[in-house]
Order: sequence, then structure tokens, then C-alpha cells
Amino acid sequence: MAGLATTYGRGAMTNHWVDIKNADRILIIGSNAAENHPASMLWVHKAMDERGAKLIVVDPRFTRTASQADIYAPIRSGTDIPFFGGMMKYIIDNELYHKDYVVHYTNAATLINPDYQGPDELDGLFSGFDAENEKYDRSTWAYQTDADGNPLRDETLQDPNCVFQIMKRHYARYDLDTVSKVTGCPKDKLEQVYKTYAECGQPDKTGNIMYAMGQTQHTVGSQNVRCMAMIQLLLGNTGRPGGGVNALRGESNVQGSTDMAILAHIIPAYMATPTASKHPTFKDYIEKETPKTSYWANKPKFLVSLLKAWWGDHATADNDFAYNYLPKVESAGNHYWIPLFEAMYAGTIKGLWIMGQNPAVCGPNARFEREAMKKLDWMVVQEIFDTETCSFWRAPGENPADIQTEVFVLPAADAMEKEGSIVTSGRLIQWRPKVAEPPGEALPDHQMLNLIALNLKELYAADPGPFADPIVHLNWDYGGQLDIEKVAAEINGYYTRDVTDEDGNLIGMKGDIVVNFTKLLDDGSTACGNWLYSGYWYPADDGEGNIMPATKRRGQKDPGGLGIYPYWAFSWPVNRRIIYNRCSADPDGKPWSEDKALIWWDGEKWTGYDVPDFGKTKAPSDAGGLDPFIMKTDGKGWLFGALNEGPLPEHYEPVESPVDRHLLSSQMHNPVIKVWKTNEGQDIGDNWGTPDRFPIVATTYRVTEHWQAGGMSRTLPWLAEMQPNMFVEISKELAAKKGIKNGEKVKVRSARGEIEAVAIVTARFKPFSVNGKTVHQVGMPWHFGWSGLATGDSANDLTPHVGDGNTTIPEYKAFLIDIEKA
Amino acid sequence: MTQITRRDFLKLTGVATGGLLLPAGAAVAAGEIPVFPLHKRISEAATICPYCSCGCGLLIATGADGHIINAEGDPENPQNRGALDPKSISVRELSTSPLRLQKPLYRASGSDEFEEVEWDWAIEEVAKRIKSTRDATFETVNADGVTVNRTPGIAFLGGAANNDEECYLAVKLARALGIVNIEHQARI
Repeated sequence: MAGLATTYGRGAMTNHWVDIKNADRILIIGSNAAENHPASMLWVHKAMDERGAKLIVVDPRFTRTASQADIYAPIRSGTDIPFFGGMMKYIIDNELYHKDYVVHYTNAATLINPDYQGPDELDGLFSGFDAENEKYDRSTWAYQTDADGNPLRDETLQDPNCVFQIMKRHYARYDLDTVSKVTGCPKDKLEQVYKTYAECGQPDKTGNIMYAMGQTQHTVGSQNVRCMAMIQLLLGNTGRPGGGVNALRGESNVQGSTDMAILAHIIPAYMATPTASKHPTFKDYIEKETPKTSYWANKPKFLVSLLKAWWGDHATADNDFAYNYLPKVESAGNHYWIPLFEAMYAGTIKGLWIMGQNPAVCGPNARFEREAMKKLDWMVVQEIFDTETCSFWRAPGENPADIQTEVFVLPAADAMEKEGSIVTSGRLIQWRPKVAEPPGEALPDHQMLNLIALNLKELYAADPGPFADPIVHLNWDYGGQLDIEKVAAEINGYYTRDVTDEDGNLIGMKGDIVVNFTKLLDDGSTACGNWLYSGYWYPADDGEGNIMPATKRRGQKDPGGLGIYPYWAFSWPVNRRIIYNRCSADPDGKPWSEDKALIWWDGEKWTGYDVPDFGKTKAPSDAGGLDPFIMKTDGKGWLFGALNEGPLPEHYEPVESPVDRHLLSSQMHNPVIKVWKTNEGQDIGDNWGTPDRFPIVATTYRVTEHWQAGGMSRTLPWLAEMQPNMFVEISKELAAKKGIKNGEKVKVRSARGEIEAVAIVTARFKPFSVNGKTVHQVGMPWHFGWSGLATGDSANDLTPHVGDGNTTIPEYKAFLIDIEKA
Repeated sequence: MTQITRRDFLKLTGVATGGLLLPAGAAVAAGEIPVFPLHKRISEAATICPYCSCGCGLLIATGADGHIINAEGDPENPQNRGALDPKSISVRELSTSPLRLQKPLYRASGSDEFEEVEWDWAIEEVAKRIKSTRDATFETVNADGVTVNRTPGIAFLGGAANNDEECYLAVKLARALGIVNIEHQARI
């Protein structure tokens, strides 16, 4: 998500599921959508059948998705940046980019500090690298500006310091020969993919890139995503029907849980977690976190409204709206998943509270993470089944008497047995009523949270302990039996007192919910739990005259026939279905093509089939009229945009790589990642494999019959029967070399551990030729564990404790193993 | 002599059995389907699948006891127009599995088993653990004297399968308790 936010401004899927049907080209890379997002293929097939769209699938394995493709291209795990870099070079060299779009809507024309140097000059590094601290000083990556701070631009794209020319030089090294040697993908296949996909750079065509964890779960995951976002800018495909960068998110509501900020670095709706050094006071937070331009200039309204939602009458202008009630971190990165488990192992974290997750199976280097759990004083798990995490203390081989952790397991209602909303990958917030009874005494998680919160408030009122104010004063009044609609109204936002306009006319009465986030204020007169969701609970028409909370709507109308369905549920922000949709029209405000007309300028305002993601009356000729990326400070899509490892994606090998050097520079690995070494050399620890001992590349993935860590699928007879056991897919060539037959038991070993699995010998994997060397790759599902009906060893006992240079998402998709007959 | 095939035999016994089940005195004209009083009440409602992020619509049928007896795709939901995958069609088993947890469980230090406990006790004990660990590890200021008001000793994980409102409540409560170790599926 960091890659998308840096390029476009928001870390979310740009388009939505139904919109896939409008694509002329579909590139699925790092996703096995046919198995893992099956409904998406309904729309992929529709585009192919009705528009003649071409489907390209790029994956190390010939997946069920690949079986549907017009073109399948295999690449070795961990070489996406060379693959995309080659595509960008192909697009630039052959002038296949969408020129008007690139010039006006991206920062291609913007001039960068002349002191900037790139990896083409610095052997794989960018200017500003601090080798001792393994991080960059970004000052040479900045825009050149005029005296007023406005970025300088050369719209002829000829200035050697403009982003376009910098990109051209940067990717000059990514020629077809080199890319083929690094990725292991045959040259003619690469060229066929590049040519076919780049055809959607024509102004009347659009192409859609669909990706999932195959792109993100790498030490360069964020930069992989940047590549896709950049290609979609070059080809003019962002903000348009049938286009976009479409992050196929995993769990049913991982978009919603992210929006709500169950993450160390953010508080609800993408505001930064306060950091002690940067934001010691409310004033510091407001000053440093509020840009002068972009929609984020409204951030003080969003923050104050959040604080009002949390601490009500105790959040006042006099106490900086209770800003000090929010905990501050030294660095949010200290609390991300991998360091969190390192802190648990070190004994700093003593209590673990889990709401529906199974880290004993899903965490990287899972043996180490289970070992960390043993150090806890207590663990509380809200769950629907007895998972490996609930019962980690009685895992095979453990002696429960040696494990002192107290465990509470609270039986939860499942999704059908309670009420609330969830968000699709495409930002669509759909309401789920309660449609079934929970078993036995199981309760919805929101009731458990309510009971725990009310109990804690009583405990702290009776015996305050250190700084009890944030708990005692917490605005938590949802009833003894929590009323979920009260929570929804708080998330939507409401007036905390009567609010009038300058002429004294009443805008909203105390207690009324706000129509959307444009009504939020920074003086404490509004409260809002999540500004992005504002409007989802506001009464709205379903297109047939029925009024109900917007998220509950089931209206079937689809003006324009693009699959927008504006009356079905509610999409954040403010029911926009395709974000950055100013890009769907040309600089003058006319649709690039009639069959993809989404919004247009009618001479007075923006109108059309979607809610404009743009100032409604901002004319194309107005200042900012050509700045569609409203969350970015300059309103442009950022081809050049800083992440921790640089402003342009550059290839680095996975931490565990089958080669001892690559051909693009002598900088082997991402220079800014943290490689953990706790208990290195011991049986359970942060151990690292090299190709002499572990010559085979491995990746993990999912199958359509199981779900994530298995708690919701390995427990169900139908699904357990369809995929009963842990397996590893290996090529016929590797099987022959190792003397392994289809169906035999094998041992798979990495530097972290060893597991047993059934060998599936298949033509779906083929050995790669990497710079003349044969490299084998295998793949394994990560669903299995010892609990439930379908059991097996966990692939994550093999995966490493290392993550992306920005988000630290683990490198599950490229690590080294060896394999032998059991 | 007339040969009676196996098929004819089944047909004959079928008719005979059907006749026995008819209410006394009811005469059924050829081709008409008799109306039987059903003993199971069925409710139907639309919801959204709990597995992947496609957000497919489901139509759920429940029996008189409120438990699911059937699940099908919702043809009105634009995301899937009635189509489902093997997981979403299995939600009946998810909701009615005998393996589902039905009572709060507690495992004491060093014990080799879970014991079933009452909700009131479980909630009180959980709240006590949270308070005691928070209070013991709470930091009001950092080394530089900046107010930080945080609880390094507790971590909160999970929520990607939960509803938005639950995720919101979890974050609100966790941050109010000073918890900074807050992570979930989206990170990994």
C-alpha cells in the first residue's frame, strides 16, 4: 500500500471489481486471482468475451489463472522490478506512452535537484546514502522550485533534470537481454508481453493491472507496487474505466481493518501515529503533518474530530483536544509485526490480545514466533475455532508444563451471526445484517470489546493507577448490549453542538450525523471516528426512492453501463467508485473516448456517472485544473516518488537469492532493510540460508479450497476433503534430479526449519535459466497446521524474519530451501 | 405371464408409499402436487461472504433454530451476480460446525488442558490482566522527557475478518489503553 500511496496519494485499489469488464488489456502479476479472488474472473472473462480483452499472466508457476491467459510469462520469484523496468524502457524507447496524460497528469515534466544521481551512476545506489545508518538523506531527490515554492516543470520533457529524462536514463540498463538473464523469462516472451500490454497506452484503450501478495511479500515489495503504478501512469491508465492498479486484498475486510488503522504507524483513516520526537505537542503534530496543498490540508479537521469521537467533552480546545491521551511511539517501525515478535521474544511484551488471527501458522519464521508466545504472561484470543494459536502451548512436541502463559479463549460469533459492515478490495462498504444465530454462548467480537471496555472503565474508576484519564474519560456509551448502529453513527461523524453558518443559519444540530467529511470542523463542533467513511451511514436514496443508510443500499441502477452501480452500498471516499477520475477526461475535460466516458466538464461543473474525485466546479483552465491526484502536494501522479530505498524502483535480489550477483549493479540486496539475527546459529532463530546449502527458490501461496491460516477452512469437512494435506509442487526436472515421484513424502528444509509434505510433480513449474545457470523453484501452500480436520506442517516454519524496506511485510515469496525424499 | 421389471416394481411401491402418506380422505387428481404442511420454518436473508475481499453476495436460509441450512449466491449483488467459490458455498458448515467454540476457555499456567469458564469470570480476569500489565509497564514520559503515555507491555493483533465497526472499537480501546504494538494481517 506504501507504493500506491507514494505514487497516487491513497493506498487503495483504484478501481473496483465490476470495472474489470471495461479493460482492453489485463495484466495479472503476483496474483492467482482465479483461485484467490474467484469472483474477479467473472469480470476478466466478461472483458475477454465481450471486448476482446487480452489477458496476460506473469507468475513463476503456471497457475489456474495462467490457464485462462492469452499470454503466460514465467519469471523467477523476486525479479519483478527487472521485469517492469524492462517494460518501462520498452514503453519509453518505442514512444508508446500516453503523451498528453504523462505531460499533464504526472510529474514527468517536473525538474529534480541537479545534484540527484541514480543507480546508473552510483552502481545500484541513489545519491544521499548513509552507509553507516543504512538510510538515505533525501535532499537531492527534491523538486526544483520557484521563489514561491512551486515546482519547476519542462513540459517538452527535454530538460535532463526532468523526471522523464531521469527515468529514461535509469531504465536504460533494463534491456531485454539483461532482463531475460535476471528473470529467467525468455526474451521473445518478454517482448510479446511488453508489446501487447503497451497497446493500452493508446488514448482510447485502457489496461488493468491486478496484483496481490506475489508483488508485496518481498524485501522490495513497495517498489514492486510502485513499478505497476508508474506503468499505469505512463500508459495513461489510472483514474479511468478498465484501468488502474488493482490491489487484490486478502481477507474479507483487510481494507476496512487497514482503514480503521489496526497498524502501528497509523490512527484511523491514514493519519500518522504520534511520534515523540516529531510530534511532542498537538501544535507540532498539526504543523508537521498538515501539508499546505492537497486534500490533506484538511487534516486538522479530521484529527480534532477523531479526538472528539474518542474523548467527547473531555477533548477541548483548552487541553489540545486530549492529544496527550494518544500514546506516542519513538518510531512506529519498532512496533511492526516482525519487531513486535522480536520484542515478545525479548520479554518486553508480556500480554497478547488477539481478535481473529492465527500467528502460530501465519507469521514468518513461525517456529520462532511460537517460541516468542511461550514468553508471554498471558494471551487472550477471540476466535471461532480452537486454532494453533489458541493451543500453541500443546503443539506437537511441546510439554505444556514448561509453558507458563495463561490463555483465555473467548468464543466468537462468525460473520453471519452478527451485524456490521465490511469493505471489498475495491473500497465498497457493504452492510451485513445478522442472518444466523451463534453457537452456544459465542458472542460477537464487538460485544466482547464492549464488556472488556466497560469492565476496564470500572476498574480504573475504582483504582486509577498511572494516567487513567484516557480510559476513565473514554467516550464509550453504546449500551450494555452494544448497539452497532451507534458505533456506525460515530464512525460517520456527528455534530457535538448546534452549528450555524456565517449568516446564523443552522447547518447541523447537536447529535445530527454529518452528510460527509466536507462538514467536519477543527474547533471541536464535530466528532468523526473515520473521516474516509463519513457519509456511509448518512441516509441516501437507493435510486428507487427508498431512503436508508448509504451502506445498506441495494439499488440496481447503473447509469452509463460501466458497472459503477452508484446506488449499491457506499464506496469511500464519498461514494467515488473510480478514484483519480479527473484522469478519465483529457486536459480540456472531454472523455478520452466515448465508450469510456466517466466524468466530464460541462462548461460549469464536472458531471457524469461517478462522483468526481476533484473540485466539482474547478474548471480545466483554473489553477490546479490539471492536477487530478488531489492527495498529492502538487496534484500530479508521481513517476518519481520517494520511498526508503529511493525515488525510482531499482532491482535488488531477495535476501535469500539463488545467485551470488545480478547483472544490474553490484548492490546485491535492498540497502535499507533490517535483517534480524536473534539466536542466529541456534535451532530456533533468525537464520539465513545461502545457495550452497539451499539452492532452490521457494514461494508460498494459497489454494481456492482453503483460507489463510486454515482456521476457517481446515475445520470444514467439504473443504478439508478437497485439499486434505500439505504439499509441495516441484517440476518434473527437479523431481528427476532428486529421485522424487509424484505423491511421495518429501522433506523441505530451509535455514529456519524442516517440514514434511507430499510432492506434487508437475509441469506447472519449469526450471529457470538465470544468466546461464539452471535455477529450480518450488511452491507450497501456507494454510496448514496441526489443528482441525485437514492437518499438515506449516510452510511458515521455513520463511524468514525479514521484510520490505518500507512496510516490513515479510519476504514470504522468495526464500531458499532444499528438498529430499522423506 | 407379465414380467415385472425392477423399475416397474419401484414405481408401484412408490405410488403405494405415497398413498400411505396422504392425509386420510384426500383425493389427488392426476398431475396435481398435493400440499403438505411443512414442519420446518425457513428464513432467508442476504449477506456478504466472510472469505476473500471480493465481497460476494450470499443468500442464507436458516431453520427455526436460527442456524444455517443453505447458502447460495445473491444474483442481485453486482460483485458476483450469484456466482460463488467452494469456500463461500461452505458457510453453512462454518456456522454449524461441531468444532465451533461455544464456551469461554481458560488454560492456567503450566496446565495441560483448557477448562470451560463463565463469561463474567473470563471478562473480569481478562480486564484484570490488561490493567495489571498496563499499569506495570506504562510510560508517561520518554528518556527526553516528552509525554508519551504508552503501554509497551501489551500487543494487539488481528481483525482483518472483523467488521469495520469492530476494528474501529478495537483501535479506539487499544489506543486509549496506551497500546502501541498494534498490528494485523495487513502487515504480513
